[in-house]
Amino acid sequence: MILGRVIGTVVSTVKHPEYKGLKLLVVQPVGTDGAAHGDSFIAVDDVQAGVGDTILAIREGNGARQIFGRKDFPIRAVIVGIVDQIDVM
Amino acid sequence: MYLGKVIGTVVASRKSPGLEGLRLMAVMPINHDGTPRSTMIVAADAVNSGPGDIVHLVGSREASLAFENQFVPLDAAIVGVVDSIDLEELP
Repeated sequence: MILGRVIGTVVSTVKHPEYKGLKLLVVQPVGTDGAAHGDSFIAVDDVQAGVGDTILAIREGNGARQIFGRKDFPIRAVIVGIVDQIDVM
Repeated sequence: MYLGKVIGTVVASRKSPGLEGLRLMAVMPINHDGTPRSTMIVAADAVNSGPGDIVHLVGSREASLAFENQFVPLDAAIVGVVDSIDLEELP
């Protein structure tokens, strides 16, 4: 899982039927200091995250499909947690 | 899953049987701000996108799940046409 920050929302009307009714968010991967790392990506939201939230995301299809219980869902990235606090040495 | 901009179409007459009937698009993967993420890729289209559209793609093994056929040799599929992206306002 990676840490990220939700930086935006994506609206699309024409989409694969499996994506119907799901919220797509733009996520910027961040380090523990909150600084951006690498390229942004799109993730499906499973925890009612919003813009500005620091989140936990998985970027792997098998786990993502298990969350939604659909074996033929073409999905890879899901937001699975909202981070309250990070403590590092 | 990432954003991309469709920049053209690709035609291949001779191809793996699993790719028969798919529309192949030339796509530039982009970040939320429109900057390129990598060099151009070719992706199969599951949603009838067209050149100029901003789209949402899924990569790796999951790309082939966007199509009914069980064995589609793909590593990128277009699964949504983006209407708008609302980004947070920077302070």
